[in-house]
Amino acid sequence: MSVKQGLLALLATRPMYGAQLRAEFEARTGGTWPLNVGQVYTTLGRLERDGLVEGIGADEEGRISYRLTDTGRREVAAWWTSPVDRETTPRDELVIKLALAVTVDGVDVPTVVQTQRTATMRHLRDLTRLKQQAMNASDDATPEAANPGVKRDDQGRIDLAWLLVLENLIFAGEAEVRWLDHVESTLVREAVRGPGARRTPAAYENDTDRTTEGARS
Amino acid sequence: MSETILRLEDVTRIHGTGEAQVTALAGVSLEVAAGELVAVMGPSGSGKSTLLNLAGGLDAPTTGTVVIEGQALGQLGKDGLARLRRRRVGFVFQDFNLIPSLTAAENVALPLELDGQRVGKARRRAVDALNTVGVGELADRYPDKMSGGQQQRVAIARALVGDRRLVLADEPTGALDSHTGEGVLRVLRERCDAGAAGLLVTHEARHAAWADRVVFLRDGVVVDSTGGDVAESLLEPTA
Repeated sequence: MSVKQGLLALLATRPMYGAQLRAEFEARTGGTWPLNVGQVYTTLGRLERDGLVEGIGADEEGRISYRLTDTGRREVAAWWTSPVDRETTPRDELVIKLALAVTVDGVDVPTVVQTQRTATMRHLRDLTRLKQQAMNASDDATPEAANPGVKRDDQGRIDLAWLLVLENLIFAGEAEVRWLDHVESTLVREAVRGPGARRTPAAYENDTDRTTEGARS
Repeated sequence: MSETILRLEDVTRIHGTGEAQVTALAGVSLEVAAGELVAVMGPSGSGKSTLLNLAGGLDAPTTGTVVIEGQALGQLGKDGLARLRRRRVGFVFQDFNLIPSLTAAENVALPLELDGQRVGKARRRAVDALNTVGVGELADRYPDKMSGGQQQRVAIARALVGDRRLVLADEPTGALDSHTGEGVLRVLRERCDAGAAGLLVTHEARHAAWADRVVFLRDGVVVDSTGGDVAESLLEPTA
């Protein structure tokens, strides 16, 4: 996701200046994607150049607030209604690493798998601790909790957003562990069949008995 | 370091003899301290359930030692072992294992009454235990009038009622939908944060993630363990 879309979506709620945009963005995503304020101003400059936002004058401290133009509003609406383009998602280093590991001689693939699984489990544990804290906070939520000055309803929604971001990271970690389990069991099966049994892709295409693959207990 | 509640020292368990001999566990060492929840993961047949049975004194190792709160299980007779199991260890199973003809409070009070405590006192402690897992209002309800998640909370209360501090959980969320299962793990986590020691067998990464450490078993051997403290940087998301 680009910073551009995030800022436009926030400006659809009300006009804001750069530091406000940055704070709002981080509050809603739990600081998962930290922005620096320079990034925010550079992006605002580009958005203004492209006619998506316009400055509405400075406050007494000289901070310029921006609001959406009609074009900007249409851009936000289009973003909400279109799916995220997966083709532009960056390649996953782990996938490439394992693809190389199984094809390069002398790599201890089971250790690569286990090392990664341990690291991912540790990451999952840390995320789960954060989730536990977030759940506890929302259980005993009081109006003055967390961010003073934020309305209770807004704080509730920000808490919810943070919980959903955490869940997304947990689902991703969980999927990675499941995939690593799958890699491991596939390697064990391959080892049982013996190195000579590995077949060419063409042989797989003629295979009619592949329904038993992937069974995992 | 907190007090060690459960210690397995170089534990091996071999089933059968001769040709039919199967090594279920081979030289496993493991410690669980008060306040700690440790998860055990591994494929089917890796020795997870054997480990749990040995930890709870339901099975005896072929070689090696199991120690619960300073007491080596191998030195206890049959009666002593039964008493230790009753007073020191609680089990939580996938299918809850509550007695259907007893209410929640009676189920939880049962281990105390079996241990000779008076009914009134046992009930008071049972209701306290139910309150700590958030189902105090269900004290007089029968298991078939509770949801799966509620039954499992009652089972956790039963496992930790009285002075017991070691809870051994075998796929405790296996029969629950993922949201309810999460709630049960949260309760287990809270009980451990409050000073209990927990050993949790699961095959789900999302559930093992509630533990402080994960021990990976493969073919009866510990292949890895996620030691280390929770990353402090992550605990301060806005820093």
